[in-house]
Amino acid sequence: MPETVADDTTTALQAAFPSVTLRESLDLPAVTVPVDEVIAVLQWLQEERGYDFLVDITAVDWAENTSPRFTLVWHLYSTTRHTYIRVAADCADDAAPVAPTATGLWPAADWHERETFDLMGIKFEGHPDLRRILMWEGYPHHPLRKEFPLAGIETELPDIEVAEETAAKVIAAPMMGGPFVASSKGEMNLTDAEPRAKDESWNEKLPKPE
Amino acid sequence: MVSPNSAIAFDNKIEGDIVISRLDAVINWVRTNSMWPMPMGLACCAIELMGTASARFDIARFGAEVMRFSPRQSDCMIVAGTVTYKMAPHLRRIYDQMAEPKWVIAMGACASSGGMYRSYATLQGVDRIVPVDVYVSGCPPRPEALLDALIKLQDKVKRTPSLKNLTA
Repeated sequence: MPETVADDTTTALQAAFPSVTLRESLDLPAVTVPVDEVIAVLQWLQEERGYDFLVDITAVDWAENTSPRFTLVWHLYSTTRHTYIRVAADCADDAAPVAPTATGLWPAADWHERETFDLMGIKFEGHPDLRRILMWEGYPHHPLRKEFPLAGIETELPDIEVAEETAAKVIAAPMMGGPFVASSKGEMNLTDAEPRAKDESWNEKLPKPE
Repeated sequence: MVSPNSAIAFDNKIEGDIVISRLDAVINWVRTNSMWPMPMGLACCAIELMGTASARFDIARFGAEVMRFSPRQSDCMIVAGTVTYKMAPHLRRIYDQMAEPKWVIAMGACASSGGMYRSYATLQGVDRIVPVDVYVSGCPPRPEALLDALIKLQDKVKRTPSLKNLTA
């Protein structure tokens, strides 16, 4: 667990930026910031409070038809005072979310923002090289969005030549029916499932026999 | 006389300096015992592949110790690990660059079927893009299992009508 040293960072932050509100949090001090002020807040934390290490940038998708739908989250750490802080900002546009880039403050923000763009579809304005980082160029979806099914959506392979030659596609692969998975009734398919799963004499509920 | 499926025995006191055999048997004998792998080490199976190549299990006993990272020089692609859709076209291109004759071993659950990765990012079995000769079960398979797969592949090669395939 990170340390939760009681200090005046959040109150001082609220004094410097009146629009900053405290955010419910079980672990770290956390604040909610309007998205257009977030870079100024991050810069203030970096310069005035020694939060010199960018731990993570990520985003939350609160599901379709919610507003605000996307919340950006920054985690900062101070290597001198050994404290963390969480900064969150709601994206204004739910359909085409946009956020300012933090690459000017921490070069490490580059790949974090590329990942957030790749998986969540949030565009970072001013990013020097906003390409996909995990999925391939030209992939039509953003897989961590709530409307994207875990199994995937059928699309073309990244390479057209190989796709033509092999007639292979990116297919939807639902867990159900695959190996290692029980049916929706809770029974294992004893013919198709992996061999070791056939022994159901012990599981999470029943203790392993001696 | 050497038949393709029996051990090769040659007695120079009887047969002199001339060996009479079938071309199939000779070609397959050569192919079987110098099967240079193309190690497609993509995930944790690659660690077992390294173990198979190392001293304890010693894949050199089967003439397959020369891991070639150039597809031009390799005969047998060992797909060891999870193949993502992003990687799949590169794997296929490497396979296309390998010179004939060539074989593929799908090592482990991921390469064989996608394994536990039923997701948007993982190719559900490498046999969707390259023809697989031997599948190895396990997650990851023991080195012995990979050696068994190699022996099975060698058996398969010994049964191939290589001359017919070459002249066809």
